[in-house]
Amino acid sequence: MSGELTALSLKAALEGLKARKFSAVELAHAHLEAIAAARPLNAYVLETPERALAMAEASDARLARGEGGRLEGAALGIKDLFCTEGVRSTACSRILGDFRPTYESTVTANLWRDGAVMLGKLNMDEFAMGSSNETSAFGPAINPWRSRSSNRPLTPGGSSGGSASAVAAELALGATATDTGGSIRQPASLTGTVGIKPTYGRCSRWGIVAFASSLDQAGPIARTVEDAAILLTSMSGHDPKDSTSLPAEVPDFASFVGQSVKGLKVGVPKEYRADGMPAEIEALWAQGVEWLREAGCEVVDVSLPQTKYALPAYYIIAPAEASSNLARYDGMRYGLRIDGPSLTDVYEATRAAGFGEEVKRRILIGAYVLSAGYYDAYYLKAQKVRRRIADDFAAAFEKVDALLTPTAPSAAFGLGDASADPVAMYLNDVFTVTVNLAGLPGLSLPAGLDAQGLPLGLQLIGRALDEGTLFRLAGAMEKAAAFQARPTRWWRGS
Amino acid sequence: MAIDAATVRKVARLARLKVDEARLESLAAELSGILTWIEQLQEVDTESVQPMASTEAVSLPMREDVVTDGGDPAKVLANAPRALRNFFVVPKVVE
Repeated sequence: MSGELTALSLKAALEGLKARKFSAVELAHAHLEAIAAARPLNAYVLETPERALAMAEASDARLARGEGGRLEGAALGIKDLFCTEGVRSTACSRILGDFRPTYESTVTANLWRDGAVMLGKLNMDEFAMGSSNETSAFGPAINPWRSRSSNRPLTPGGSSGGSASAVAAELALGATATDTGGSIRQPASLTGTVGIKPTYGRCSRWGIVAFASSLDQAGPIARTVEDAAILLTSMSGHDPKDSTSLPAEVPDFASFVGQSVKGLKVGVPKEYRADGMPAEIEALWAQGVEWLREAGCEVVDVSLPQTKYALPAYYIIAPAEASSNLARYDGMRYGLRIDGPSLTDVYEATRAAGFGEEVKRRILIGAYVLSAGYYDAYYLKAQKVRRRIADDFAAAFEKVDALLTPTAPSAAFGLGDASADPVAMYLNDVFTVTVNLAGLPGLSLPAGLDAQGLPLGLQLIGRALDEGTLFRLAGAMEKAAAFQARPTRWWRGS
Repeated sequence: MAIDAATVRKVARLARLKVDEARLESLAAELSGILTWIEQLQEVDTESVQPMASTEAVSLPMREDVVTDGGDPAKVLANAPRALRNFFVVPKVVE
């Protein structure tokens, strides 16, 4: 029975709980057992079984009274970037050590308000800086998918690698994730899952460890489009504690899934045809266009001329904001402290011991581009390029309702394959980072398998606050793609 | 633009990051690689383009300048590396 319970979609699990076909405690147990049997994946950095069972018991009590929220009893994993009250939250960095927040992030509080159950904290790149989960202080999460020709471990992508790995391996019905340059969508693409980064300001950033504040957004990773919509509805909402949180009404996003897409106009931006892109991704993109046409969409070519400059602009803006945000880790008020003869020695030694190599590189880049004499040439220039990228999208959205692109330039790659060259790793986000710079919603859904049997995703990009159209289109594409493949459970042994 | 070991040392100091002398050269090479790649931004015409700091059209909300939170030193100090009688204990900064 337990195998069947973890394989359910979130939607089916919620229906089963409501109909009392199984209890929230049974559902939590099934997931906790699956998690315990999947430790080789290193998806969870902290399992919270006592809390999960206590929350599930409370859910069962509410369900027995005929009560319960829209996620009552749903067993979820939480990316370790979200502060969870009394539960270790580290952003997978040594510098936060054994940090136990005395408060709850708004997004997770919204999930608990609606009855969700926390299974544990999920692995990620340190401070969400990375595209392969290899910068985590806890070691990389592993992709449950393996290539047909080899058993070597593959990355689940990053930074939300643990979230994507756990959802793909059925170690949670869904998971929270965050996306600063592609950290929800690229892992979703590499693991055959659905991920959406909503419009900047949809989800409160309060209680989420900050990386680059003008770009960071939370969103869900799930196994179906409808499940992602259900989770996003609960996660979203205006929060006075985040001054950039939008005072916009939150629709029931799931109500868009299944709606007709007839007459919608979808643009295909020619600049997303990257040099050296695998032919399989090109073919899948063309297949996606065909699915939309068959569903009644009009597909047109559009141009986003500044696309190639998005990634270099991002690698000024994001490190600049990160170097400022990460200044708070000084060893005085929380986290790691390395003692030394003077205050400056303590700061410098603490930060040297606490931060990993990629985080240090970004702090240095950020400090450099913000330093006297370089600010105009780098930071101001990048902010102007950012405006031009946003203007490109605004022009395109005068003609179309959404855009269709590949999510990532490759399928899952081997651990270590890209970690030696920072710029090669950064290129993973070439198709996703534009959306963060413009503050728009972007959704990745699984569209097929490559010749090695590894999943590939396609990305839909929408207007600000128009996640509804993305869910309509994604619902139609999911139906056409009929993606049913699941990874074999090699981690369970035999 | 290439940066040298002396620049890395200076920036590391600004960022309060201790970097081993032996690591300065390799770090300078890594950062130069990233900055050289970023140089392509100079190709973009940004004449009379306003810099974009936020994607939101709305202005930041204002509220009354009153205390809305606080009064819980135990929570504030719960994760302190060292605390004493409701204070953070930090290294001595005056002689």
